[in-house]
Amino acid sequence: MANRISDDTIEYVGILAKLELTPQEKERAKKDMGEMLDYIDKLNELDVSGVEPMSHVFPVNNVFREDIPTDNDGSKDALFNAPSVKNGGFEVPKTIG
Amino acid sequence: MSKEYETVIGLEVHVELATKTKIFCSCSTAFGGAINAHTCPVCTGMPGSLPVLNKQVVEYAMAVGLATNCEITRYCKFDRKNYFYPDNPQNYQISQLYLPICRNGGIEIETEKGGKKTVGIHEIHMEEDAGKLVHDEDGDVSVVDFNRSGVPLIEIVSEPDMRSPEEVIAYLDKLRLMIQYLGASDCKLQEGSMRADVNLSVREAGAKEFGTRTEMKNLNSFRAIARAIENETNRQIDLIESGEKVIQETRRWDDSKAYSYAMRSKEDAQDYRYFPDPDLVPVSISDEWIESVRAKQPELPTEKLARYQSEYGLPEYDAQILTGTKKFADIFEAATEICKKPKKVSNWLMVETIRLLKENAMDAEDIRFSPGNLAKLIDLTDNGTVNSTVAKEVFEAVFKEDIDPEKYVEEKGLKTVHDAGALRETVETVMKNNPKSVEDYKNGKEKAIGFLVGQTMKAMKGKANPEMVNEILKKLLSK
Repeated sequence: MANRISDDTIEYVGILAKLELTPQEKERAKKDMGEMLDYIDKLNELDVSGVEPMSHVFPVNNVFREDIPTDNDGSKDALFNAPSVKNGGFEVPKTIG
Repeated sequence: MSKEYETVIGLEVHVELATKTKIFCSCSTAFGGAINAHTCPVCTGMPGSLPVLNKQVVEYAMAVGLATNCEITRYCKFDRKNYFYPDNPQNYQISQLYLPICRNGGIEIETEKGGKKTVGIHEIHMEEDAGKLVHDEDGDVSVVDFNRSGVPLIEIVSEPDMRSPEEVIAYLDKLRLMIQYLGASDCKLQEGSMRADVNLSVREAGAKEFGTRTEMKNLNSFRAIARAIENETNRQIDLIESGEKVIQETRRWDDSKAYSYAMRSKEDAQDYRYFPDPDLVPVSISDEWIESVRAKQPELPTEKLARYQSEYGLPEYDAQILTGTKKFADIFEAATEICKKPKKVSNWLMVETIRLLKENAMDAEDIRFSPGNLAKLIDLTDNGTVNSTVAKEVFEAVFKEDIDPEKYVEEKGLKTVHDAGALRETVETVMKNNPKSVEDYKNGKEKAIGFLVGQTMKAMKGKANPEMVNEILKKLLSK
């Protein structure tokens, strides 16, 4: 494995992903991520000079919607699977600001 | 303060676009709907839902870009900005990082010294708004309302070209007016349809390098912006003077306490891991499309200001006030079109309308009366149906309830009395009841006539033709 993921990196990625990993899980994740990066590194073997960077996998542009509203009340569906509801909204731990 | 410092300011301005629907779904953007009513799987971030771009959002963004002299990016696309917060149901915001729709623009502002300078616009990009968190007063929970989630925004990022609160306000004012004229947004700071974040750093006067900057959020009025700039400038200078360092951070302004505090702690990594949104295809903008948007651009404030002076012969002062809000300009043009008396329309707007707005603590945008009724009132005054005192009274009713002045005058019996016989009768009674004033006048005290005119007008409940009253009085007194 060419790519080695450091303890700091896995800690940082864990914070970004809001994941708390056990030491065993960390080791496994380090190995997985290293292998993923190795796989991506294969692309470096190709000569892509002169190839335009791709911005999307489909050769399709300009898919638009007209600005016409639907006036359905979506609140019931939106809250259907909510773990906790209060005053018609999703109840979440208190946030400030 | 031993050294001279210079404040360097750049702004990030978010503007909610005036579309009827959200940026990526057909939910209504109407303000004030029942909680979570304007939602669907797309704007609540349900797995498997597919966003589709609202064409009008692209057109508004282009319109603002053209008005601010930007280059339109012919091939632009959307990226995901990843972060976790309860108001962000997808755990990412769809925005534009790599290829924003507009770049390299600028607008000219007037500086406090009376000069002109250009504030550069780095870029304008399209993105979606987040939901709204309602904080429960008693409990220890917050409640999320996703009605605002997916409402289209443009973010206008300026270059760090401003040097004082005055320049910042001039820039914001100009930008706001321009966007209102374009109809792209109502730009209300208090309601949050226009929000400005201030990036600010200080450096020693003459220094080439920028200092470390902070970003200030939660600025809900021009006054708060000016106060926050002064406060943050002083805070940074104090830090530097005492040998400490300014930390690059986001701060939140508390206007009631007139101070700011750091919003995020260091443990909260700010790493948005932007990447292209695979759910949305790129936007390719042709010359024809740009030209069609350009052709639809309305007359902008600066052009209107010049035209009001040349076409209607208004003084610059009038023209400035009238073009200073879109509502005034709209009423002015519509009413003038009907009655063809621009100066009179201007006077009603600049004197009585502004007075009533102040008295009722209203903004020009809150005006409800129709230009047609103002034009009618001007005609009624001009042809002598009502005198100027009564006209003011009628105007208050127009302002309040948009009544039809003709009907109102008829129903309330407010027409000016031009009947010489009736006026003469009243004048005679007034003279009989005020012999002292009559004698004063006859003894050469000419001012006494004013009192008698006043008494006659009062007896006629203000409806007499004052010139006729004057004339009749003079005739009778000289007998």
